[in-house]
Amino acid sequence: MSAQETEHASGQAPASTGRRTFLKGSAAIAAAPAVLTSRKSGAQTAGFPASPPVQPWAEELPAQITPIQPVASLDPAPTVSANLAAGECGRGDHQRFAELASNPVHYVLRARENPAWVFNPAYPPQPVWGWSGTPATSTDSGPTKGKGGGGKGGPKKNPPPVASDVTAPGPTFFARYGQPVVVRIINELPQNHVGFGSPEISTHLHNAHTPSESDGFPGDYFSASKAGPTLTMPGAWRDHFWPNVYAGLDEFGGIGDPREALGTCWYHDHTMDFTAPNVLKGLVGFYLLFDDLDSGDERDPNPAALRLPSHPYDYPLVFGDKRFDADGMLFYDQFDPDGVLGDQVCVNGKIQPVLRVARRKYRLRLLNGGPSRFYALSLVDPNFVLRPFTYIANDGNLLPAPVANMTTIDFGPAERADIVVDFSAYPIGTELYFVNRRIQTETRRYDGLTGTGTRVLKIVVDRNPPEADLSRVPATLRAMRPVSAEEIAAAPVRRWDFDRSNGQWTVNGKLFDLFRASASVRRGSAEVWEFVNNDDGWVHPVHMHFEESRLLSKRVQGVDLPVPLHERGRKDVYHLPRGPNTVLRVFVRFRDFTGKYVMHCHNLIHEDHAMMVRFDITS
Amino acid sequence: MKTHDMDATRQDRRAVLAGFGAAALGLLAWQGAILKPGPAQAKAPGRVPGRIPNPTVITHEGKALRFHDDLVRDKVVAISMTYAQCTASCPATMGNLLRVQKLLGERMGRDVFIYSITLFPEVDSPQVLKAYAEKFDVGPGWLFLTGAPDDIESLRRGLGFRDPDPVVDANRTQHANMIRIGNGARDRWTMAPGLVRPEQILSTINHIDHSVVHTAYAPSAPETPRQGRGGIPT
Ligand SMILES: [Cu+2]
Repeated sequence: MSAQETEHASGQAPASTGRRTFLKGSAAIAAAPAVLTSRKSGAQTAGFPASPPVQPWAEELPAQITPIQPVASLDPAPTVSANLAAGECGRGDHQRFAELASNPVHYVLRARENPAWVFNPAYPPQPVWGWSGTPATSTDSGPTKGKGGGGKGGPKKNPPPVASDVTAPGPTFFARYGQPVVVRIINELPQNHVGFGSPEISTHLHNAHTPSESDGFPGDYFSASKAGPTLTMPGAWRDHFWPNVYAGLDEFGGIGDPREALGTCWYHDHTMDFTAPNVLKGLVGFYLLFDDLDSGDERDPNPAALRLPSHPYDYPLVFGDKRFDADGMLFYDQFDPDGVLGDQVCVNGKIQPVLRVARRKYRLRLLNGGPSRFYALSLVDPNFVLRPFTYIANDGNLLPAPVANMTTIDFGPAERADIVVDFSAYPIGTELYFVNRRIQTETRRYDGLTGTGTRVLKIVVDRNPPEADLSRVPATLRAMRPVSAEEIAAAPVRRWDFDRSNGQWTVNGKLFDLFRASASVRRGSAEVWEFVNNDDGWVHPVHMHFEESRLLSKRVQGVDLPVPLHERGRKDVYHLPRGPNTVLRVFVRFRDFTGKYVMHCHNLIHEDHAMMVRFDITS
Repeated sequence: MKTHDMDATRQDRRAVLAGFGAAALGLLAWQGAILKPGPAQAKAPGRVPGRIPNPTVITHEGKALRFHDDLVRDKVVAISMTYAQCTASCPATMGNLLRVQKLLGERMGRDVFIYSITLFPEVDSPQVLKAYAEKFDVGPGWLFLTGAPDDIESLRRGLGFRDPDPVVDANRTQHANMIRIGNGARDRWTMAPGLVRPEQILSTINHIDHSVVHTAYAPSAPETPRQGRGGIPT
């Protein structure tokens, strides 16, 4: 029945009753239920109340980051199969563990609530979910004592919360190719939590070359009392095997093809249906990967080393959009099908913080941590004059050559940009700002640019470096494996249409099916994937797990555009602009591991509404 | 939450419904009943972002209940929107929910409740919905709900069965494809598309039901006996 018929039907009613109130009411319904509805929904899209004002530049970010420290060993020692008896959740067996996990570096990472996080001094201390890299507290030796499987296990005692111990974002990893990592991730989130966010985790290391069972598949979420649909048993912890190998193991042997190196990775929760609230609550952190070329040592005597600015002048910054209620508490509407667009931008978990820097070169690794906002970030002086920087890596992957004199980082959720800023150009006392010039009022799309933008991070050049700056940005960075026209021509083409059907976010008209792969690809094969947007109402940041790929062509609203220099590297998130007739073509290989992976929209509200595809790599 | 006024309204509605008698409650009488102004209806409750609305709804059995207080507050629920004469997407979603009902087995009506709210309260009287429910052979714990149009509209918007495009939003037939899934006690909410496989809908329900350990459907898994969380108030 159409709405019109319904109106008609209700319009029949009044004549046969003598009650005035009834007549009045019925007449109103008959006149315009649809109009009434549309008026209300129009008011709806006006959005949520603005966050209360904050105190800008009141809090400083640490002058340098403190990486997570490994532990000497894990007890019990990691095993190929899940150690159910000791309380590990029922994950799949580690692939190629004997081959690739010799002498691994061990870490313990705990997902916990920090009860008193301060986003800004104007807001009250409040609970967030973050990570602790502290292996064990005095009251708790971890989940390793005694039997804990079967859903009743886990740490015997919940250790008392230690605010400083748990940060959101979590601690940064300094990892190195050729040094495999086993990280024991322990879920100590409050299981009786009330409100948005779900206290299970499935941690994705975006976008390392990770075997399926350690990739944070959405159905692999776990806690001591919950087993995700693709796990066999619950458990309070699980080991993730991050082998830190380059893609191309099978083809090149050793630890793979160094041209496939990633640099700026991040770990974040990927729990099915709850990624947006869980990431909003803080479950993100950086994972930086180094090798002989990008060695993380600007004084590296190895002549092959790039000697880019290195720790403590190598600094990751995650930008996250959040909204706060009238009391200054983090707000999320679990019922809004479009999620919540944050009107405050947190930088490393702080709103409008200050970063003090020395007069020298810095490598800043910027990440759009979502959930939904797109940014156009620029570095400006107090007069809003754009200051140039050098763009060296997109999505964490070093470009073949740096792009000098860039002034804007235009990125969507999950994209990354590494830049080098030379602060020696500024006298001591100079104040600079990162501003966001991107206009966006809805989660599903953005608009143009403003002139001045919103200040999100203040940088104060406040000292000379204690030592001469020996870092550099060489004219060539990391070579890329050539992709020949023949390879591209020979690759099967798969088309993925990002659309809206029947009021839902779909890919090829379908919704995420946890149990069935929409594509099966052979290990060792290569394909061309086309990401298509035929509607002008929305944009989608499309993310493929497991493999970096190459953008072959970019057609936006029917116009073939040159691929910009900074997008000519390897990428794993493709911001798919508005359609119609918008097509991104990418070339991607599927290498070295098998199993289930996902490709999805990284606007987290779309992801949670099933705009996701499972693809399997088969042997 | 409850006020004397609202209680009075409920009493009032019950009286009205009882007066007509379930069998005699035809369309005209239904419209008279739902349009009779009462204190709670004088103004449709505004949507509080992030909060479940609490209007009075009337079940296909003719009971007047408060949506949040009586049907959601301490329960695990799966909510769809539909209408009796729907021929497009509703039957598919309904068919899927029927499969979910079957997979839930004896948890249905004890631990998990399904509510199907009409998108067209003007025509879907309790009687119409009762016939609709019988057509689908729904078991205990599955209620079809109607009510005053403004109240149902506030529920629709409050539960997120809506579209930011005003044209799409105004077409009420467009809102029958989602299942809103939530745990009232934990105030934790998510959704499942109406047309994904029922095992996946079930695993989302199991995810949000804090008493369930294994979220995957396992036909051979022994049912853990446990206390239910109470039924529908009568
Ligand atoms: Cu999207």
